[in-house]
Amino acid sequence: MTLKVNLITGRTIDQGVTIENKTSSDYQNATAYCELNSNDVGKVGKPGNNIKIKTEHGEVVVKLKENNGNPDGLAFIPMGPWANALVDPDTKGCGMPGFKGIPAQIDATNEKILLMKELIARYK
Amino acid sequence: MTVITDALCPFCGCTCDDITVVVEDNKIMEVKNACKIGVAKIKGHHRIKAPMMRTDKKGEFKEVSYDEAIEAASKILAGSTRPLLYGWASALCEVHKKGILLAEELGAIIDNTATVCHAPSTLAVHEKGLPSATLGQVKNRADLVVFWGSNPVHAHPRHMGRYSVFAKGFFNEKGRRGRKVIVVDVRKTDTAAMADEYIQLQQGSDYLVISALRAILAGQAAVVPDVVGGVPKEQLVKLVDTLKAAKFGAVFFGMGLTQSISRYKNIDNAISLITELNAFTKYVITPMRGHYNVTGFGNVCAWETGYGTAVDFARGAPYYNPGETAANDVLLRKETDAAMIIAGDAGAHFPADSVRQLARIPVIQIDPYWNPTTEVANVVIPVAICGVEVEGTAYRMDGVSLRYRKMIEPTHPTDVEILEKITERVRKIRGD
Repeated sequence: MTLKVNLITGRTIDQGVTIENKTSSDYQNATAYCELNSNDVGKVGKPGNNIKIKTEHGEVVVKLKENNGNPDGLAFIPMGPWANALVDPDTKGCGMPGFKGIPAQIDATNEKILLMKELIARYK
Repeated sequence: MTVITDALCPFCGCTCDDITVVVEDNKIMEVKNACKIGVAKIKGHHRIKAPMMRTDKKGEFKEVSYDEAIEAASKILAGSTRPLLYGWASALCEVHKKGILLAEELGAIIDNTATVCHAPSTLAVHEKGLPSATLGQVKNRADLVVFWGSNPVHAHPRHMGRYSVFAKGFFNEKGRRGRKVIVVDVRKTDTAAMADEYIQLQQGSDYLVISALRAILAGQAAVVPDVVGGVPKEQLVKLVDTLKAAKFGAVFFGMGLTQSISRYKNIDNAISLITELNAFTKYVITPMRGHYNVTGFGNVCAWETGYGTAVDFARGAPYYNPGETAANDVLLRKETDAAMIIAGDAGAHFPADSVRQLARIPVIQIDPYWNPTTEVANVVIPVAICGVEVEGTAYRMDGVSLRYRKMIEPTHPTDVEILEKITERVRKIRGD
């Protein structure tokens, strides 16, 4: 089924540890995932599966993770190029794009997670 | 073997100044006291070895000399009508000074990473001021600490230990036991799990909840609905009582406020709440700044141009209007026709549409490491790492300026050297 969520993005400690090493698989592992609570995870697959997230602004494949700190319907992706494929660019008249509070939908997928290089190549 | 004590960490806005670094043969062998992010930053890893260039962004880079790369970068900038100079937060103040000079020379827009971080906080401070304090005051005096939309366990790992929660202070000998910790967030973060009280609000309802707290504080609880932003009124009334009972309260806020709907108005409202709490007891509020010297850029830019960031020199004099002159504004309007990205990574941290514009225009990158900005760059100039291989000044998140020493000798030129050469060359090209 398609799960409708409210997407937020933000820092994590592993994102920080790998931030100066963005060509590494460690960076991908630290940032190319989406956290949902176990109730929501069950609607789109199992932790570790790939999921496709779509917003009005783009789509991206990331890994599914469980975090029961999230309320129902709230999805979290660590900040970085995978999250930013989805965020709202509108700066709302103050210079700041919409990195939190983006309506999104999530589906299970067999597609693979793009490497950082492949992800950015989509913009060229 | 050399042991450097009391070194400063060049990663986050905590700028921890108690780091011990063991150096042997100009290599950092060991880093003590830093958090795992600080250790990773100071130890470093494989760098971009030499400058690189390419004409076709889909093609491969070719290694070139520094002179060739500087010449190409200078030509791109001198030939641009609407250049953007972006990044800066992972560099020292001495670099910022040179960058602002280049921006003025070019009639460019200069913006820093605050534009996707705490720039909305600066807008709020313009309107309301900032009743704040140094982290030393918080450590010595605070008996109540609030983290609102910030998650220091992940983003500022030693903040709680050194300054705000666990630290023992002059008027707080008990450390953690002498402080009440409240976390307000949309999800139960690792910081929330350590709090005495966690208030879970619905994403995007910060402004409403702050307004409700202000109404209750003003004695107008009767006008507050039963539930505000998912938080029961009783919990908010109890929270106001707790806030009023503190002797010294410190509020630290993060991207939960600056990046959610209402943006700078959330912070404007939060500052008003703090101002009003000061009618009852002592309160301070501090933004949890991300990069170690993002605060420094704001300071240098303000004393050089009158504005903290998003400064447009196109008119020949500094002009500032975030929403119009911030990096993402000009990229999304496709105005930017050349960009220099330095000590920041727009390729990773800007929305896709902004990165698409960077992919359309000539991009110069000045950075020690290969990152998503490299993927859209034409000219890449690797540099020494500020705070590890280069000494200079940085500002902690509370505005305290600190001097970074060199831990090891650089193997690459410094940002300052590169910027000086580009500025000199740009002047010559434009003067020809």
